[in-house]
Amino acid sequence: MSENMSENTRSGPLPDLLFRNVRLIDPASGRDGAGELLVRNGCIADIAERIEAPEGAAVIAGGGAVLCPGLVDMRAALGEPGFEYRETIASAAAAASAGGITTLAALPDSQPAIDDPALVHFLRARGAATGRLTILPYGAVTRGCRGEELAELGLLREAGAVAFSDGARAIHPARLMRLALSYARGFGARIVQHPEEPSLAAGGAATEGELATRLGLPGIPACAEAILVARDLRLAELTGGMVHFSRLSTAEALALVRAAKARGIAVTCDTAPPYFALNELAIGDFRSYAKLSPPLRAEADRAAVAEALADGTLDAVVSDHQPRDADDKRLPFAEAAPGGAGLATLLAVTLAEYHGRRLTLSRVIELLTIAPARLLGVEAGRLAKGLPADLCLFAPERAWRVAAGALPGKAQNTPFDGRALEGRVLGTWKAGRRVFG
Amino acid sequence: MGELPRHLLTIEGLAPPAIAHLLDLAESYVLLNRSGRTERDMLRGRTLINLFFEDSTRTRTSFELAGKRLGADVINMSVAASSVNKGETLLDTAATLNAMQCDLLVVRHAQSGAPNLLAQKVDAAVINAGDGTHEHPTQALLDALTIRRHKGRLAGLVVAICGDVAHSRVARSNIHLLVTLGARVRVVGPPTLIPAAIEGLGVAVFHDMKAGLASADVVMMLRLQKERMARGLVPSAREYFRFFGLDSEKFAEAKPDALVMHPGPMNRGVEIDSRLADDPAHSVIREQVEMGVAVRMAVLDTLARARAWPRHV
Repeated sequence: MSENMSENTRSGPLPDLLFRNVRLIDPASGRDGAGELLVRNGCIADIAERIEAPEGAAVIAGGGAVLCPGLVDMRAALGEPGFEYRETIASAAAAASAGGITTLAALPDSQPAIDDPALVHFLRARGAATGRLTILPYGAVTRGCRGEELAELGLLREAGAVAFSDGARAIHPARLMRLALSYARGFGARIVQHPEEPSLAAGGAATEGELATRLGLPGIPACAEAILVARDLRLAELTGGMVHFSRLSTAEALALVRAAKARGIAVTCDTAPPYFALNELAIGDFRSYAKLSPPLRAEADRAAVAEALADGTLDAVVSDHQPRDADDKRLPFAEAAPGGAGLATLLAVTLAEYHGRRLTLSRVIELLTIAPARLLGVEAGRLAKGLPADLCLFAPERAWRVAAGALPGKAQNTPFDGRALEGRVLGTWKAGRRVFG
Repeated sequence: MGELPRHLLTIEGLAPPAIAHLLDLAESYVLLNRSGRTERDMLRGRTLINLFFEDSTRTRTSFELAGKRLGADVINMSVAASSVNKGETLLDTAATLNAMQCDLLVVRHAQSGAPNLLAQKVDAAVINAGDGTHEHPTQALLDALTIRRHKGRLAGLVVAICGDVAHSRVARSNIHLLVTLGARVRVVGPPTLIPAAIEGLGVAVFHDMKAGLASADVVMMLRLQKERMARGLVPSAREYFRFFGLDSEKFAEAKPDALVMHPGPMNRGVEIDSRLADDPAHSVIREQVEMGVAVRMAVLDTLARARAWPRHV
């Protein structure tokens, strides 16, 4: 890639980099403790309690902050190609760096959809060209993500698609889902489902219930999630395919997944921070920045999501970054586009589960690094000698306040506007090069 | 008097004294209107804009008359759905209205929450004249005034709100107002037209019309739009009328002096039998229209007084 080459040439060889006085947390190896880490030629050269500083090495004094693998975000929309007014790959990459993210799986429901091998190569190259972010493209399950005929899953996989999804659209006909699970299985690839029965969700703007009734908003019954999850679990059992539910948000669906895992079905799932940090009351007086898909749920469901993070039912936490511009959001609630910006707040909102003593710090990092990396089948999200030095340095206790309008990147549509968070990224390194802080 | 907000966007959240104040003031306007001394000047020099994104001759005319009787300059802006397609957003419209130095803005919109959005962006006091399936505050006030004039009170009355509650902003505003003032409110309709968890608003739910009307003091009918049949929520108009249309047989379950109300426009033969709609012994449907003007005068007057008017440069 010519752009990538010029990036490397411009910056020249990197000096050795030694992190001192940090708490090293690497859930993949179980490491959690004071230590030092040496980076040479963009890769991790040594990890030990004490490392002699090589001649000419730049030393970073961590001040006791946490040094962990760069975060792996398993689900984000980039805006590019097709919606550059919302976000570009460059602006998303800047926001990712500020959030400690060094690897990101990009949704395929762009314009055009990622349903052609050339587009997979394109996205990977554009990610590399940023010099700060590895982009792992999802391939479309169906051509154009239109939900009709299967895309060329084999060719997409060969080109480097990490898994398959139709993005924010559920794979709807049962026969189509069966085919997708069955065919993708031959290529060892997961089908990532938007867990919402479309015929129950159509036209809905909020979770059905007293709040939606008071606001006069068309409701989506919470069970629209469990209904599709139940069907797809059965189809996964039938086909032996691997299904992954993204952004689970209800107690009922999580219970189904918990039981299916116990029965040995190849199912995995994730959620996104709004679903354990907010409930439906956030839409309050028609706040369209809190309009998400799936919609925010009742408090009991929010609590069940937090519980499922702790008990291991949920395998990963994703940003579900959905960039929207002001014109997408400054509309009457039912007409506003759903989706929230999530890259910059992913770590800090998830850390609230640690501060609330529901998760250990190591489990928080696991959910954001090695767990999604394993689901995506990529070598990332861990600290080991010889691997590229993708690193995140953060202060778990440092407080800051989310402010829409002041977020890194282009998209400012955060559902967490005004919220005080604990946990600040101090620095992000991609292959040994500092890209944030 | 209770505190009135800067805008009138919802009945939900209004305290009983604020509602009582509006009803008392409206009562005085009823008497003045009937006396024929209609020229008043409390809104002289003020601009009232009727901004209607949905057609409604009835409500728009009522606000227009109310504004004119208080001396305001009244301008009607009908924004057909098509002009939104031209790319002008609701907030562009708000900016235009600010430039026109509008003082009172009456808004009707097909989307729930649209007036709330406008209220964040305009300098004018915003009056919700019906937003989507959310609220229609002045309709609830005029209904309450009509009931109060006949029954002398609202507390303790049994009020049955019947029909398409799910898609009715009139029903929501009425529920909030009547429950706040101590009436016993029932909603009656087929389960497909009763919204989820409506009991949380303090009402009892009935799916059988006769049971719902038993000993009712007031029977409030709602309009059923043809679109509901098209969407399969109700199989047919005749089936609907058979089970949920108000006819004399079902109405016989209510108290002998029960009132029949309808926010209009009526679908005769769908939700209400003409004989009942026109029965002078029970129907107060025409009186509701008269109360509408008085209530809107009270709302305009009160918001105008409560407000520190921006001095236009």
